[in-house]
Amino acid sequence: MPPTRFAVPGRISVPNGTAGTWQRATLTDIRRETSHAATFRFAVPDWAGHVPGQHLMLRLRAADGYVAQRHYSIASPPDDTGHVELTLDHVDGGEVSGWFHTVAKPGDEVEVRGPLSGFFAWPGDRPALLIGAGSGVVPLMSMVRHHRARGLSVPLRLLVSARGPEELIYASEYGAETTPVFTRTAPEGVPVGRVSAAHVATLQADRPEGDWEAYVCGSNGFAEHASRLLVEAGQPVDRIRIERFG
Amino acid sequence: MNVTRGFTGRPRVLNDGLPPGQYDAGDDWPVLSAEVTPDLAPADWTFTVDGLVAEERTWGWDEAHALPPSAYEGDIHCVTSWSKFGVRFGGVSLDAFLDAVRPAPEATHAVAYAHTGYTTNLPLADLTGGRAWIVWEYGDGPLPAEHGGPARLIVPHLYFWKSAKWVAGLRLLDHDEPGFWEQNGYHHRGNPWEEQRYSGD
Ligand SMILES: Cc1cc2nc3c(=O)[nH]c(=O)nc-3n(C[C@H](O)[C@H](O)[C@H](O)COP(=O)(O)OP(=O)(O)OC[C@H]3O[C@@H](n4cnc5c(N)ncnc54)[C@H](O)[C@@H]3O)c2cc1C
Repeated sequence: MPPTRFAVPGRISVPNGTAGTWQRATLTDIRRETSHAATFRFAVPDWAGHVPGQHLMLRLRAADGYVAQRHYSIASPPDDTGHVELTLDHVDGGEVSGWFHTVAKPGDEVEVRGPLSGFFAWPGDRPALLIGAGSGVVPLMSMVRHHRARGLSVPLRLLVSARGPEELIYASEYGAETTPVFTRTAPEGVPVGRVSAAHVATLQADRPEGDWEAYVCGSNGFAEHASRLLVEAGQPVDRIRIERFG
Repeated sequence: MNVTRGFTGRPRVLNDGLPPGQYDAGDDWPVLSAEVTPDLAPADWTFTVDGLVAEERTWGWDEAHALPPSAYEGDIHCVTSWSKFGVRFGGVSLDAFLDAVRPAPEATHAVAYAHTGYTTNLPLADLTGGRAWIVWEYGDGPLPAEHGGPARLIVPHLYFWKSAKWVAGLRLLDHDEPGFWEQNGYHHRGNPWEEQRYSGD
């Protein structure tokens, strides 16, 4: 049997024990991010905490007992005690995201269980190279916020792809760690294009001691594209973690 | 759980084939793997059965294809809540491989492992009796790489994380040894009909 090359890092202690319990989450606030995406803030009083990068399972129930459940990445940092924030894209015809974007209002209750999956988690101890597209930036933002909130000095870089500036989620929160990439429309003087070998090469040239731990998140098409660029740029496969939104 | 205010869900047809908490993904086939899709040519693919067996063995692409063909036609269920109906996978029954190596009487469990290093554990009883396959065809074509091609394990009566993509082998053991997601909070068995999603379910 070959060695497990990308085992769950032992350094991450994930509170798996609570993943089995459904908890009530009360919507307390809705913040619009872009015309397609909004952030939903929940009070979850017994939330056991999470490591940035983890996701949860959320469920809605109809009057006839029908249940819809979906996974959502956690956007907020762990120190936001008793609260979690999710950022949802409004998917055309989407059952769960449709409810959130057209019906939900503060005071509504849903159920969540988690946190789930320690694999994509980043506790903040190793240099991190984050690459996301669209709502794929959500778990990466939890990492960036954690880095800030704790004043961590470990290197962190974020490459975030959006169709245009008006579709860039969390646009006002990015700092020097972030390079936005625009695929359709860009501000004056900024090129239009996909995340490319050149972007990755720049980040690889800037490689810190101990090398990057790479985190890639987005649609499957984006994850395939970005992870391939990383491998071609010499990033070892066992130091690339991928979260695919399906 | 209380009813979610204003949530009706989309119109649904009663579907007896849908395990609890699942929805019909229709024509979609979402890709969910934690690792980089490997560049694995059929010529480089091998499948080994070792551990508690009378005779350990490794098959190459052509040797595996020389075994009697067997197909699975039916439904698949992913722990992320989608199910997919009436799919067809072509390959070889896992029984054909196990018969060749002759499992030891004390073998009760197995760890399936992938060419990427991914692992998942299974009771041996879930892998025998025509319930598991090594497959290289999806529909009428080759299994796409992002779905585990050139070849993957499928154990369709369990959640799909048990159906290791890019499968490299099976090690037979006399005890249960949690694999990648199982160490990560997922249920050890993963029966969709009992909603065995996470540890404690
Ligand atoms: C680990 C993980 C983390 C994720 N994190 C996030 C996140 O942070 N933010 C985010 O926005 N998303 C995230 N997702 C995606 C999320 O889980 C949902 O897939 C997404 O919100 C769409 O769900 P929905 O119920 O709105 O759409 P669905 O109802 O599932 O529909 C999806 C698509 O299928 C079509 N469709 C499906 N069934 C039917 C039907 N019967 N009739 C007609 N059309 C149909 C819809 O029109 C739509 O185009 C994540 C996914 C995973 C796996």
